[in-house]
Amino acid sequence: MQSVEIAKAVSQEAKVVILDEPTSSLSDNEVETLFRIMNDLRDKGVAMIYISHKMDEIKRIADDITIMRDGTYVGTWPAEEISMDEIITKMVGRELTNVYPEKKHKIDDEVVLEVKGVSSIHERSFQDVSFKLRKGEILGFGGLVGAQRTELLEGIFGIRGKSAGEVYVKGKKVNIEHPIDAMNAGIGLITEDRRGNGIFGCLSIKDNVGISVYNKYLKAGFVLDHPSINKVVDESIDKLRIKTPSSKELIQNLSGGNQQKVIVSRWLANDPDILIMDEPTRGIDVGAKHEIYEIMEDLAEQGKAIIMISSEMAELLGMSDRICVMCNGKLTGEIDDPKQMTQENVMQLATQF
Amino acid sequence: MEKTTTQKVQDFLINYGVILIMVILVVYTGATQSNFLSVGNFNNILLNMSSRLVIALGIAGCVITAGCDLSAGRIIGLGGCIAGTLLQKIDYSGKFYPDMQPWNVFLALAFVMLICACCGAVSGFFIAYLHVPPFIATLAMMEIVYGANLLYTNATPLGGYTPEYTAVSSGRFLFLNYQIWIAIIVAAITWFIFNMTRHGKYMYAIGGNPQAAEVAGVPVKKTMVIIYAKAAAMYGLAGFMLGARAGGASVNLGLGYEMEAIAACTIGGVSVTGGRGKVSSAIIGVAVFELMKAALQFLGVDANAQWIAIGVIIFIAISLDIRKYVARK
Repeated sequence: MQSVEIAKAVSQEAKVVILDEPTSSLSDNEVETLFRIMNDLRDKGVAMIYISHKMDEIKRIADDITIMRDGTYVGTWPAEEISMDEIITKMVGRELTNVYPEKKHKIDDEVVLEVKGVSSIHERSFQDVSFKLRKGEILGFGGLVGAQRTELLEGIFGIRGKSAGEVYVKGKKVNIEHPIDAMNAGIGLITEDRRGNGIFGCLSIKDNVGISVYNKYLKAGFVLDHPSINKVVDESIDKLRIKTPSSKELIQNLSGGNQQKVIVSRWLANDPDILIMDEPTRGIDVGAKHEIYEIMEDLAEQGKAIIMISSEMAELLGMSDRICVMCNGKLTGEIDDPKQMTQENVMQLATQF
Repeated sequence: MEKTTTQKVQDFLINYGVILIMVILVVYTGATQSNFLSVGNFNNILLNMSSRLVIALGIAGCVITAGCDLSAGRIIGLGGCIAGTLLQKIDYSGKFYPDMQPWNVFLALAFVMLICACCGAVSGFFIAYLHVPPFIATLAMMEIVYGANLLYTNATPLGGYTPEYTAVSSGRFLFLNYQIWIAIIVAAITWFIFNMTRHGKYMYAIGGNPQAAEVAGVPVKKTMVIIYAKAAAMYGLAGFMLGARAGGASVNLGLGYEMEAIAACTIGGVSVTGGRGKVSSAIIGVAVFELMKAALQFLGVDANAQWIAIGVIIFIAISLDIRKYVARK
């Protein structure tokens, strides 16, 4: 789809082409192709504006780099004269020493989630997938776009149908047919498409956080306990440092990063044992990314188990304790050994069929 | 960036435009026609508002979930007719059930609301479980209810009601007509449901983003069925109220009332795009329509022209409503 869009722009013989996050759903090969096309266009005299959160891409393709922060123009520098760290500093407004937080969490032996032979009702989707997840672990799921990772985790969460397989939470077999079942089993899901099926744009932060926990804050069995709910929401805003004037603010007025934090708060308010995060930092600026990573590290330290789907290799390698790789719906391999967690190994498993 | 004064004025006009027009109309009519600003007239307007508000509060749930309910008018008719057949004086010459004692008023109301709720539940089932768009599902129900009402009453107009039933419209409590009290109670209950129960929050969530609602663990299907069933029960109540007021009912009672109800909700702030709206929205909207109708009547405008006025208001209201949420790029 993305390739079609790019082809459209190229075929229109435009003099100026604006590309807004063009590589978010492209594989590495396709990114190379795009860059080749862009270099060709540049040689022909076409001017291009390339908007991206991906630092390495910007450094590779840009002649000049313009930085904006919070709606204001920070400045423009020739790409060769500004280092990656300087770019990040100017984007965030302060120095950011390590993108990935120090790993302090310990992985327990207890298996909190076991998935055996889970298959989709659709033959072309995930088939016969089995894996285990331990307490305090961050399990990364790598693979190309289209590997059916999202579909697999949505199947486990009860959004998509399964034709076979068993799921065990903390040793007990669970029958998850609907997200409500998954919630009751202690699982939360932060979807990859925030705007599509994550946030309620026209509702307040309070409503966005509270939506999944109302069952826990009731008076007389059916009256909403607003004071308690407000407390939970305010605590979340504090703890996760969500930038907003108040909890009554509409979530659509927040930045992508803050919206993501609201969704994380929603699930944390339920105190799940297992948190599935699908592309947790997609469309989020560097500063907020770092905050999300710190949140994930905190959660793992607290003993939560996290499954992280990521298409950003650096993120996958930087945050995962263990990596499962999928290709065309099958689980092609697991990488346990930190020394084996390399781009080459992941890509090899991701491109097996 | 601070808004300029022009922008602020523009925003104000968009948000409250229709209400401004109403205020001007009311002031003008009050100034030029005697008796418009009288206690008697306002009581009359409040009485008219009562049944309309009950309908609007019911249909609000459907609009907040980005749906609609075309069957409201026909269900009002069904409610009014069923009530009519059960509450006729024993010695009425044209009594529908000649050998049956008239029912207790409260029992009759409960029965009417139950039957109507079932109609709504069926619509809700088709919408929630079989994914039929609300427009089509309620369109179908509209026809079915009309047909059922025709068969049931054999198209006979009903009248000769018991004094207990007509008292619903003529009786007063603390200077206010019973019907106004019914409307107040229904508004209070609806406010409670919208703001203090899970069901209310689920309703807004479904309206805001149905896919996100599923993922967030909202029982979407069940909630939708309840919304449409509850709405239909309220249409039944409104039919009961209208029948008491008129002292009679026919299969055409309430015909077309859904349009004004949806428009009233929209004027007051319920968005047809879903996820937004309050009880006050319905109250404001119904007040606007009833004041407009009364003012036009007092100004001597041809009764038939009222339809045009209603249509124009609907055009303006919905355009302004959509503008609020689309223009923000």
